[in-house]
Parts: sequence; structure tokens; C-alpha cells
Amino acid sequence: MTNTSAADGVNERTTGTVRVKRGLAEMLRGGVIMDVVNAEQAKIAEDAGAVAVMALERVPSDIRRDGGVARMSDPELIIGIQEAVTIPVMAKARIGHFAEAQILESLNVDYIDESEVLTPADEAYHIDKWNFTVPFVCGATNLGEALRRISEGACLIRSKGEAGTGNVVEAVRHLRSILGDIGRIRAANPTELFGWAKNLQASIDLVREIHETGKLPVPLFCAGGLSTPADASLVMQLGAEAVFVGSGIFKSEDPVRMAAAIVEATAHYDDPAVLVKVSRGLGDAMRGFEIASLETRLAERGW
Amino acid sequence: MSPSPTVGVLALQGDVREHTDALSALGVRVQSVRTPAELEGVEALVLPGGESTTLGMLLRSSGLDGPLRERLAGGMPAFGTCAGMILLATTVLDGRADQVPLAAIDIVVRRNAFGRQLESFESDLSITGLDSPMHAVFIRAPIVERYGEGVRVLAAVEYREELRPVVCQEGRVLIASFHPELTSDRRLHELFLTHIGI
Repeated sequence: MTNTSAADGVNERTTGTVRVKRGLAEMLRGGVIMDVVNAEQAKIAEDAGAVAVMALERVPSDIRRDGGVARMSDPELIIGIQEAVTIPVMAKARIGHFAEAQILESLNVDYIDESEVLTPADEAYHIDKWNFTVPFVCGATNLGEALRRISEGACLIRSKGEAGTGNVVEAVRHLRSILGDIGRIRAANPTELFGWAKNLQASIDLVREIHETGKLPVPLFCAGGLSTPADASLVMQLGAEAVFVGSGIFKSEDPVRMAAAIVEATAHYDDPAVLVKVSRGLGDAMRGFEIASLETRLAERGW
Repeated sequence: MSPSPTVGVLALQGDVREHTDALSALGVRVQSVRTPAELEGVEALVLPGGESTTLGMLLRSSGLDGPLRERLAGGMPAFGTCAGMILLATTVLDGRADQVPLAAIDIVVRRNAFGRQLESFESDLSITGLDSPMHAVFIRAPIVERYGEGVRVLAAVEYREELRPVVCQEGRVLIASFHPELTSDRRLHELFLTHIGI
């Protein structure tokens, strides 16, 4: 939704445009977005150099441990987080739960994550994100999913990975799948693009755009299971443009140091000397899980 | 003939690629700068959009903060957009207490002056030195609250019922509170290159 006003007298101002929505995501590139559940954690994240914080009710590893329905945060907590930090504040809404998204937009959050980490609210439809002035980020496990979310109005795509596991393997799989198919579409013969659109269940216009530009029309970040500076370096080298870290920070032995170390590792992802410096004596990373041992695969939520 | 100068783009965080593309399209040699050694090899520096608190911390942890202050004090040309403008300012309002800007241009800036993302906007903007308005994208943009005598205001917008500067120049330092790198209009980058004699 775009709103225009002539506050300048001569020059009309337009808010909520695709350029403005995608633009904020562009500004976060090379940075770390950290999951936080309260103002105190948000402050630690900002102190460590996070480019934004993500407000949610419980970090994914606690959602996994405690079970039950995971929902949007209490507005009180989101307001507390907004008052505690100067950086952008994102918040999670359940898949398809446009009423939660309306509440988050009214709270003036900077980005909404329509997230599989929370319990889905609709089994058929994701949120129609074009109806909002606030921009949305959505998770994807493959290129088709990413393009369907973009068609619905998402302005930033992140890999789903497998949140709350401290295991980066799924995020790597999703990133390789998305970037691999982008490369194959780039190299495809123009007549093959219809086949790609059909197989990906995605719009031919977006497939054509990828064929021409060799990249998604929105930034691609990585999320789900990152828990060390080396994990951040790995996914940045694979082609992610920024990282989300959830349980990996506040479930580690020393969250303050871990947070700062991951920030530095993301900025200098291809400089092994910096990675050694920030990784030394960092204490224990969060306890991780083998994917095969999981009861619930969060990445299977959404379609 | 002396080799053409190299323009650096601070590449710690933010929309580095867009600035690199804009400069490359204008035929300039570009070097990304993440270390003091890389800074030594450039004649001018562009500071991109991004998150100013993050960039300030990364300047310190990378060891760039000290050398960069010295180069700017010594007259190195610089162009900062949005977060880059905040970094180049003398004083930052609504920032973190530990945010110590580089003081390369005599301006006081207010962070996120227009509000949060819902208030981010696009608008046409008349800029002194350009023959027609430029389409400007303002994202959680800062504004210039006060400026020193040596500062030239090149563009202003209405803010709380007053006109406040959003593009300024002092000597060979240029700042913009919007993102010229996000559109295909290269005229502000060109203006910077002209100012510094490239």
C-alpha cells in the first residue's frame, strides 16, 4: 500500500513503495540481525553491533523445547525493545496471520517476519503482503518458495534453515538450492524459462527477471541454525548477503562476546585472520542437534 | 601521465555494491576498503548507507577508525550517504552515547529524524548544481539540524514545518541523507567526482 502526501508543498512524498521497502533490506547487507525476547537482550544486541533486532516470544530452541503454540510477541515487550534501541526492530508474525501483522504494523515495527518458527495460522494462504506499508521478510527452502513469497509482496528472503538447532546444515542446503537454481536459470535458453516457471510454480516474469539479472529481485539473507562466527563466514561465502542469528547468541556460554564475534565475522567473512581472532576463547556455542533426531521440522511449515 | 585516482568504498556493512556500481559506471577505478592497508591505496572515500552504530563499531574493531580520521583531517575527499553522512558529521543526535563521528563536515545530524520505516519515503528533490530534480529515496533518514559557516546547503526538505538540509558540502566533503546509489541517476556521484577533480 502506498500513501502520498504533499508535505513539501511542491514535492510529493510517497511511503511504502517497493523501493523504500526493499531499500531498508539493502541497508542491512553485511550485517547481523539478532533474535531477542526482551529489552535487555535487545540492548546487548545493539551494543554488539547488530544491524537490527528481531522480537519474538521465545527463541527457537525454547520453542522447540517447550512446545505449544508459538505466537507474536506481547506488544508490551515490542514497545520495550523499541524504546531500548536505536536500530531497526523487526518482529515475527505467524504464517497467514494477517491480524498479527496488522498489530505489528500499528506498533510501527520496521520489518515483519512472516515466520515458520511460529505456529502457522493458515494452511492455505500466506499473508497478502501487498496490503501493508510495512515491509515483510519470509523464509524459503528453495527458489520456487522464494519467488512465491516475492509475488505475495515479500521484500527480503531468508533461508529457513532449521531454527533452534544450532546446526547450519539445513541453511546451507537451502542457500545452495536457491543460488544453484538462480545460476541454472541465468544460463538457461530463453525457451526453457517456461519450464522453469512451471516446475518452480513461480511467475514467468520473475523467472525472466532472474534470467536477465542473475539474482533475486530482493536481497537474500541466511537464517536457521547459525551459531558460530565460522557459520556466519560459511554462509556469507556461499552467497548470503547478511545473517539472522537466533538461539545461537543467547543460548551460548557468553552471549555478549558471541554476538560481537559474529558481527565481526560477518563483516570480514573472507578474512581468516579476523575469523581466528574473534573465534579464540569464545566459550561454548549453543548445544546443537542432529537434524535426524528432531521431532518437528520447522522448515516444512509454509509452501 | 599520472594514473587515474582510485576511489574507495567503505565495505564493512551496508549497500556497498550500489556505490561501487555507480562509480564504476562513471569510469572510476574503485577499491573496497575494509582494512587500513586498503585505505592507504585510495585517494577519496565513499561511505555507504547501512547502520551507523554497526559501522562505527566495525571502524574501531577493524583498526580503520584512527587512520580514517587522520586521512579526513588531512583533506581526503569523502562522500557519505545516510549512515555515511552520520559517520562524517561532527555531532550526532538520537544516537548511541558511544557514537563518536568522524567530524569531517561541520554539521549536527539527527538520526532517524523522520521516524521508523513506515515513514521512509521517496520524493523529487531539487539540488543546487543539477539542472532538474533528482528522485530521492529516504530510508529511516537522518537530517541536518545545524551547520557551520563553511557548509553549503545544496538541498533541503520540509521537516517539522521548517526547511532542513539533506544535501551539504564543505570543502571536498559531500553528504546526502538519501540514497542516490539506489536509483540509476548518477548525477550526485558525478557532482562529487567533479568537486574532487576526477
